Amino acid sequence: MDTIYEFFNSNLLLIYLLIFTIILGFELISKVPTVLHTPLMSGANAISGVVIIGAILLIRQAEPDDFLTLSLGFLGVVLGMVNVAGGFAVTDRMLEMFKKKKAKK
Amino acid sequence: MAIDFFINLAYLLGAIGFVWGLRLLSSPDTARRGNFYAGIGMILAIIATLATPIEGANNNYAWIFGGIIVGSIAGGISARRIQMTAMPQMVSIFNGLGGACAVVLAMVELVNMSNPSPGAIGIALLTLFIGGVAFTGSLLAFAKLQGLVWDSTITLPKHNIVNIVLLIATVVVGVLLYLQGAELGTGLLLIFMGMTLIYGFSFVAPIGGADMPVVISLLNSFTGLSAAAAGLIYNNQIMLVGGILVGASGTILTVLMCEAMNRSLINVLIGGFGGGASGGAKGTGDQVAKEVTLNDAAIQLFYSQSVMIVPGYGLAVAQAQKVCKEVDDLLEANGVDVKYAIHPVAGRMPGHMNVLLAEADVPYPKLLDLDDANSALPNTDIVVVVGANDVVNPAALDDPGSPIYGMPVLNVWEAKHVIVLKRSMSPGYAGIQNPLFFHDKNKMLFGDAKDSLGKIVSELKNL
Repeated sequence: MDTIYEFFNSNLLLIYLLIFTIILGFELISKVPTVLHTPLMSGANAISGVVIIGAILLIRQAEPDDFLTLSLGFLGVVLGMVNVAGGFAVTDRMLEMFKKKKAKK
Repeated sequence: MAIDFFINLAYLLGAIGFVWGLRLLSSPDTARRGNFYAGIGMILAIIATLATPIEGANNNYAWIFGGIIVGSIAGGISARRIQMTAMPQMVSIFNGLGGACAVVLAMVELVNMSNPSPGAIGIALLTLFIGGVAFTGSLLAFAKLQGLVWDSTITLPKHNIVNIVLLIATVVVGVLLYLQGAELGTGLLLIFMGMTLIYGFSFVAPIGGADMPVVISLLNSFTGLSAAAAGLIYNNQIMLVGGILVGASGTILTVLMCEAMNRSLINVLIGGFGGGASGGAKGTGDQVAKEVTLNDAAIQLFYSQSVMIVPGYGLAVAQAQKVCKEVDDLLEANGVDVKYAIHPVAGRMPGHMNVLLAEADVPYPKLLDLDDANSALPNTDIVVVVGANDVVNPAALDDPGSPIYGMPVLNVWEAKHVIVLKRSMSPGYAGIQNPLFFHDKNKMLFGDAKDSLGKIVSELKNL
């Protein structure tokens, strides 16, 4: 039990951050019109590509001759970057069509 | 000191970019700007990560930039080339790759860890598990949407029990790994990874094709959670904030979609459709659906007061949105009031139809949502159903034996006439018969949606 108290007390700020972020995430999405569900899902998907940060840190800390870690880190960066670049580009393409139509009206 | 300040500031701005971007994405007028801000946030986060001073690090920038360039080109090109109809699949693939990235990170960390704390091992195992399920689950969702895989061919008998057993087994292996602590067995680790990947496939396998939007949204939130868990490994706040935001918003979006279909998430995940199909087909066996000729259909439309178009996945498959708009224009020129009724789950993703129609320049105010459409339908002369099926199935209201009983549908039979454009009498994605086709007010116009609408256009021009 003591370890739990200890963990809670020493990570208080992190726990606050987690809880407020969760609430924020719920609040942001609960008022979205159906029209925007697909672009929103796609945009959120692009944000989840933030995992690429981990892959960059992995490569930076690897030994220059540790080719296994470097290759895997490279793979991670590529996978994450496809998620990020593709995700934002596809979302923009969807939203572009909404805008074009607006301009004409 | 100053460099630390600027790096932390960049991370902070990046996180604000994500939050503000998601907020602006929630409204049609600002959505595009929102996506842009979120993108800026991501670029800031990446630059800050590259610039962070790490003591004794080798940096290996060549590898990083190589990966960024390859990934950007691959992602950018596929995003630009993809057909708008195949968008849901694309989102699913991108999502799967994010999950795969988390898997790679977790594996490397688990193998390389020296003197890890139990907490660190637990978090890495969690990252591996969630990322793995998101990865293979998304791939299977892609394959299902692309029509590469059919539900029946990959579902085992008693699949739900198989899934539960598999989940328990995977968790047990995970706990074993956790208890091994510092002396992590690589063999067992590989087995664990294999099991999470298999579980991802198995998890999505029994879920009906019509429910894929819900699944993609759920897997999207999984990827977010795995990114957040990976953020804990690297003690990186922006990964944590970004990941949790996606995890939370994806969960809410999933729940909203389930609500639109009036089903619980559990019901969707167990694969409610398909299993009970035998109950839905009763009593319609020997009835005959009436057909309408092209000429009649065109004349009827031309001389009506109001027309409601109900688009479905068939519209997307046939790429018929532009021709649809042409019919709309010709009718409007003759003073017919044309509206579109958009069911929340029409197509393969929420908003799928809106995007397609926006591509064809259909003005936004012409699109009615479920409630508005249903109150307008009794005063509508003709409903034209273009490649939709389950969302106009009256069995959802009056046949408790039907698998979709209870799902809100568009009550198109309340209009004066209904014309259904469809390739054949085959059932829709949910695999159930539609009594609407045999309804007194309904007439069928068989053929590819684009083809049929194109012919209606030429008929209309001749009138």
